[in-house]
Amino acid sequence: MSLRKPAKNQPDNFEFNSSSLEEAKKIVNKYPKGKQQSAVMALLYLAQKQNDNWIPLAAMKYIAKFLEMPYIKVYEVATFYSMYNLSPVGKYFVQVCTTTPCMIRGANKIVEACKEKISENESELSSDKSCSWMEVECLGACVNAPMMQINDDYFEDLDKEKALEILNKISNGEKPISGSYRGRVNNEPENNRTTLMDLKNA
Amino acid sequence: MLKDQDRIFQNLYNDLGPGLVSSQKRGDWVNTKEIIDKGREWIINEIKESQLRGRGGAGFPTGLKWSFAPKELGSRPHYLVINGDESEPGTCKDRDILRFEPHKLIEGCLIASYAVQAHVCYIYIRGEYFVDGQKLQLAIDEAYEKNLLGKNAAGTGWDLDVYIHYGAGAYICGEETALLESIEGKKGQPRLKPPFPALIGLYGCPTIINNVETIAVVPTILRRGGKWFASLGREKNTGTKIFCISGNVNNPCNVEEEMNIPLKELIEVHAGGVIGGWDNLQAVIPGGSSMPLIPKEKCETLTMDFDSLVAEKSGLGTAGVVVINKDQDIIKCMARIARFYKHESCGQCTPCREGSGWMWRMLERMAKGEASKDEIEMLGDVTKQIEGHTICAFGEGSSWPVQGLLRHFKDEIKKRNNFDPIVKENRNIPYLVDQHLLDKNA
Repeated sequence: MSLRKPAKNQPDNFEFNSSSLEEAKKIVNKYPKGKQQSAVMALLYLAQKQNDNWIPLAAMKYIAKFLEMPYIKVYEVATFYSMYNLSPVGKYFVQVCTTTPCMIRGANKIVEACKEKISENESELSSDKSCSWMEVECLGACVNAPMMQINDDYFEDLDKEKALEILNKISNGEKPISGSYRGRVNNEPENNRTTLMDLKNA
Repeated sequence: MLKDQDRIFQNLYNDLGPGLVSSQKRGDWVNTKEIIDKGREWIINEIKESQLRGRGGAGFPTGLKWSFAPKELGSRPHYLVINGDESEPGTCKDRDILRFEPHKLIEGCLIASYAVQAHVCYIYIRGEYFVDGQKLQLAIDEAYEKNLLGKNAAGTGWDLDVYIHYGAGAYICGEETALLESIEGKKGQPRLKPPFPALIGLYGCPTIINNVETIAVVPTILRRGGKWFASLGREKNTGTKIFCISGNVNNPCNVEEEMNIPLKELIEVHAGGVIGGWDNLQAVIPGGSSMPLIPKEKCETLTMDFDSLVAEKSGLGTAGVVVINKDQDIIKCMARIARFYKHESCGQCTPCREGSGWMWRMLERMAKGEASKDEIEMLGDVTKQIEGHTICAFGEGSSWPVQGLLRHFKDEIKKRNNFDPIVKENRNIPYLVDQHLLDKNA
């Protein structure tokens, strides 16, 4: 289990803005009547997006009221799932996969790049407060290892140089291109395709 | 090698585009109505005849699972839930189905929903796959637009709504009952079974849960016939499977192959060989991190299917093949996997919550050569006390890789950790002190 604690400095209030509110209503409608509690995960995610990548306690209280469920149940969910950030992580949240398949392909080099470029320790904001990084468990792109995720996007087939290049871009406020950084097409074997040849040549 | 025309996922590498038009050219949605008109019995029997086994790891026969759904629709609605919470280290097959073959999955949802009498289908996708989930959502929207979903879906007379539910980074939600808890908006902690979800599942209603890959192959099986599917592979291990080959190979890739393919062929032909040559191979994890590793000697002749891997005391799992060569420290690799399980344990059952941390810490010490002789046996003991003493299979999943290491690499651990416990030499040290914190030569 991972230990997760809410941030010390909490805002007093939280409310969905109009676009989140509209989205939230749509989400609640996906579930049967009376089962609106099912929407809690999606709503927490919405709150996180709206609030610069982290969820304050006020948002949990707001969502509890919104879904007519006890606050503690929302708190339980927010602390159980690792994708909910309970303290500020910056505008760019970098997650580096270091589980075995990535580890044996050199994920530690990506971690080094993050240490150099963002901050010495994980889950620590960079000096301009725009960015933080964290080691995470398997992100499910093992064939494209090593890789990292920045907000929603995957950056695959990396090495230290390429990781630094991406981190440089985000520190300049540019949006790096997601996907493979060895020019590889999806999950096909690089320069060695053995199957579905007709389609490739078609 | 499997012939190209027998591959189900023609668009695995996205040569043709995932859209509806190109999917229809590949044969999706062509005669869905005819298939459904043949009736529930026929569909379930055809799937039984194909001997399709679940692709999510446990390998449970799909036709049998569907037949557990109540035959008569009672006062409670039925649900179909698709498990796309792919988080097993070494596995990334469902992601390619979500982004490149979404219509195979959606059509499969319609057929399976009809077979188990569900009008609502939830697709649970891990939160990290948000971008891929959006691509699936596009395909779902497209299907609604063309009346392939919704009221009278695809002209079959069956109503079906498909919704995506995103997870939020919990590996345990891949366990079917934890997944249901998660959809209900709770912590993803597995439920006791029985009652099985087929009778009491989502919101207390009958629910059938299948993996993404299982459902995505269903339409093709029904089109080409259960006999065709059963003719691939071998008895009880039939059909094709997407293998994910990662780790120390020259060309890591996903490839769809016949069941029962030799492991050596997968690695040498499709993945371009082990880095440093075949002789540089140390071990292979054959089915995602939960499955015990297989040392090189056995890899020569091993074939990849459910039963032949069980005979080697391992398992096919999700078919995520992780190749580890001799440049890697095998104890360290396993220690990292143990850390994964320590991080992902849901904390419900004590043996798993505490034991997964113990295993990780012991393995870390063993990798550094700081453990004593006795601890090797003790580690084996810990794994035995976790396995089988938990609510869900996470206990097995976390202890099997460690058992695999002990089974095949015990000599390596002994070589590195070859000293007596300090307590023997130095009687005045209280027994309860953590041995590894003390100076070895004290």
